[in-house]
Amino acid sequence: MDFDVIIIGSGPGGYVTAIRASQLGLKTAIVERAELGGICLNWGCIPTKALLKSGEVYEQLSHLGDYGLSVSGAAFDFAKIIERSRGVAATMNKGVAFLMKKHKIEVIAGEARLEKGSPAPKVVVALTAGGARTVTAKHVILATGARAREIPTVGLTSDGDRVWTYRDALAPKAQPKTLIVIGSGAIGIEFASFYRALGSEVTVIEAVDRILPVEDEEVSKAAKRAFEKRGIKFRVGAKVTKLSKSKSGVSVALEVGGKAETLEAEVAIVAVGITGNVENLGLEALGAKVDRGHMVTDSHSQTNVPGLYAIGDVAGPPWLAHKASHEGVHCIEHIAGLKPANLTAPIPGCTYANPQVASIGLTEAAAKAAGHEVRAGRFPFKVNGKAVAAGETEGFVKTVFDGKTGALLGTHMIGHEVTEMIQGFGVAITLEATEEDLMATVYAHPTMSEAMHEAVLDAYGKVLHL
Amino acid sequence: MSIEILMPALSPTMEEGTLAKWHVKAGDTVQAGDVIAEIETDKATMEVEAVDEGVIEALLVEAGTENVKVNAVIARLSGEGEVAAPAAQEDKKSEPSKSSQPEQAAPAAVSKAAPAATPAPKSADGERVFASPLARRLAQAAGLDLKTIQGSGPHGRVIKADIEAARGKAPAAAPASSGAAAPARQAQSLEQQGIPAGSYDLIPLDGMRKTIARRMTDSFRDVPHFPLTIDLEIDGLLAARAKINAMLEKDGVKVSVNDLVIKAVAVALKRVPEANASYSPDGIAMHHHADIAMAVSIDGGGLITPIIRAAETKGLAQIATEAKDLAARARAKKLKPEEFQGGTFSVSNMGMMGIKSFASIINEPQACILSVGAGEPRPVVKNGALAIATVMTVTLTCDHRVVDGAIGARFLSAFKAMIEDPLTMIV
Ligand SMILES: Cc1cc2nc3c(=O)[nH]c(=O)nc-3n(C[C@H](O)[C@H](O)[C@H](O)COP(=O)(O)OP(=O)(O)OC[C@H]3O[C@@H](n4cnc5c(N)ncnc54)[C@H](O)[C@@H]3O)c2cc1C
Repeated sequence: MDFDVIIIGSGPGGYVTAIRASQLGLKTAIVERAELGGICLNWGCIPTKALLKSGEVYEQLSHLGDYGLSVSGAAFDFAKIIERSRGVAATMNKGVAFLMKKHKIEVIAGEARLEKGSPAPKVVVALTAGGARTVTAKHVILATGARAREIPTVGLTSDGDRVWTYRDALAPKAQPKTLIVIGSGAIGIEFASFYRALGSEVTVIEAVDRILPVEDEEVSKAAKRAFEKRGIKFRVGAKVTKLSKSKSGVSVALEVGGKAETLEAEVAIVAVGITGNVENLGLEALGAKVDRGHMVTDSHSQTNVPGLYAIGDVAGPPWLAHKASHEGVHCIEHIAGLKPANLTAPIPGCTYANPQVASIGLTEAAAKAAGHEVRAGRFPFKVNGKAVAAGETEGFVKTVFDGKTGALLGTHMIGHEVTEMIQGFGVAITLEATEEDLMATVYAHPTMSEAMHEAVLDAYGKVLHL
Repeated sequence: MSIEILMPALSPTMEEGTLAKWHVKAGDTVQAGDVIAEIETDKATMEVEAVDEGVIEALLVEAGTENVKVNAVIARLSGEGEVAAPAAQEDKKSEPSKSSQPEQAAPAAVSKAAPAATPAPKSADGERVFASPLARRLAQAAGLDLKTIQGSGPHGRVIKADIEAARGKAPAAAPASSGAAAPARQAQSLEQQGIPAGSYDLIPLDGMRKTIARRMTDSFRDVPHFPLTIDLEIDGLLAARAKINAMLEKDGVKVSVNDLVIKAVAVALKRVPEANASYSPDGIAMHHHADIAMAVSIDGGGLITPIIRAAETKGLAQIATEAKDLAARARAKKLKPEEFQGGTFSVSNMGMMGIKSFASIINEPQACILSVGAGEPRPVVKNGALAIATVMTVTLTCDHRVVDGAIGARFLSAFKAMIEDPLTMIV
């Protein structure tokens, strides 16, 4: 036995699990075929946030007059914006390499495949440097992540030139003047927001009848309005029937409310979801259960194959970095016999567009569907002192309570930097606070977070500033 | 040597109770048999007697402390030959460490065991019970004691899931599917319901009130109950009662209508044993005896149901004697737990309060409760002509899981036959 645990994939699921494993005294190896840090650090969460920051600052320049400021000759260099984003990713990637070294985790560069073994499958690595190496461990954790879903039947496959996935959109050669984003989830909306901030003509196509479909309906509505104000166009309830390429770009055939329509643009970004990296791992021979592109696991992330676990994007939704890390830590603590508490904490979801969207727990509709007697509260930033002073009055905070128990079931926010505010409610939900505790909490003034307090008060008819 | 006085168990199943009142204070001299404290459980109040003589050194649990665990030390008594009072401690230097220690420890213990001011529940030894705010609220609504619940959260914190498990229902997602699994009823505050604070006085819920609230809510919500009502002519019964009482006068026993009802119920249950049953998930328990619980209301609020055991085997005189004694002690809150726990059938009589008819709430796990109204002259039709008879209306509330309509009807008809012709009780 070479190791106590081998982790395949070094995204936020894999590398965090490896650190925790090492802390628990387990001899740990991590196999990575590409960059340390996975999608999140290299091609996901972090580089997109770098781009979005550039877009946001640039957008602010056009509002400087609101603050009594002026600047002449505001301009941007697209290549430098991309370069900065890649630089940020590289910094983070080096950070992970440092952490692996610090925790004495052996990094094996190469592509892993599994073979039958006991007590856990054997890991055969096709080394990046050439050659192969077989390593064994008591436990093997799959953290191979996911990639953009493509739908070849209607032409939704990337070519890196006219049809992009997020990877292409993160490091393009040039800024498209016109852009179609297919899919209005977090990834699609973030790219739409970034490219629009730099002046691209952007149209977002969404199959269901509202954008950001996992969010509360009120948030979807407000988000659409906010983005439309910035010039993004939307086609909701629209089905892509065919994407075809032309010399000058792409042509997307749609069906909206039974009517056919065609949109043209230089580039299309395919953001219609994610599919797990379950191929070429030797899973079939092991008889591992895979369901619609994702590993099937139990509440401790264990698969049906003895000694084999799966965490993060490859184990299914929500496809979020913090979910991957949280699941990984739970899994390794369970392996180490620590009996961690069940994974019941709700997972926040954030979209870092301008304005930002953040939510945790149940939407009002989901709470009702689950049989709760719902008490919802809302508070707009329009009347929040800090927001007015900062000139960031867009959006609101919404709370959803169980009217019978006072349990906070979910909260939903849209507005400036709300992704930094959501954790307050996350703590509250995890600690099972009731409305009483939230009302009794004193919020600093002036902060945008005061809107959280007011949204709680509003749910109980006690709102102060409305 | 000081003697530890422990929290007594009033019944074999009692785990904790409220130390309602102290009859002594530190420094008092007590004799064996002196009442030193009153303990309240959700059912009864009982006096704690000193078993040794000595001087009370310290009271370690404040009066009014709830949820005191059985066998927790509640006071210390200095034994024979010990000093009279803590104040005289200096005199007792010859026995330094052992005897002086309790006194020193006492003040600390008192403050530790005085949770009244802190809202967070504490166990008898003063330790805080860790529970999430939501868990506390759900436990309170469900009438569950947090200390009896094993916490599964970080550091054993009691969380929502533990309360749900303790309530024996499926966690989380379940409420959607059925109304029965809905979370415990959590009343809104009175203020939220439009009754301003300060417009009323609040009487704290005592153990009995909490028990009534919980048991009645559970029963009314969870037991599929239905009422069956019939009228009984009781002129024959009243005449028989007069005769019986004349006979028993020399023994100083007086039989009430209620005693006759209890006897008739017991005999009717023997004839229709299906009505003397209890539902359980494992099956229907057919009770061997008719243990008749009779509802006794207590002055100042509340009620309790002392039991006439195996009433089918007892004569009227015995039933009358027992009933009188039980009722008197129930009103004084002096019943022993075994005298009001259990029972297979309940009788509630509100006739003396002028109530004509009513339907009681099932007293779980009993399948039936009989509500007895006032006997009063009413017009009746006899042989096609209007006549006057003394009529009493009774209502049988049945747990439909055990007693179907037909069973209830058979029981009532057997009961009616005996009430209207008391002689048949003897046959
Ligand atoms: C554009 C974009 C923006 C995003 N923004 C956010 C955000 O703001 N917040 C958020 O929470 N999430 C965001 N996500 C999602 C987030 O990136 C993922 O949820 C997260 O990376 C999942 O972590 P993981 O460890 O499961 O997998 P990954 O990060 O995908 O890592 C898997 C790793 O495994 C490696 N691997 C796969 N197969 C093998 C093999 N056979 N052998 C060796 N190595 C292998 C891969 O090379 C990869 O490095 C974003 C995603 C995208 C695409």
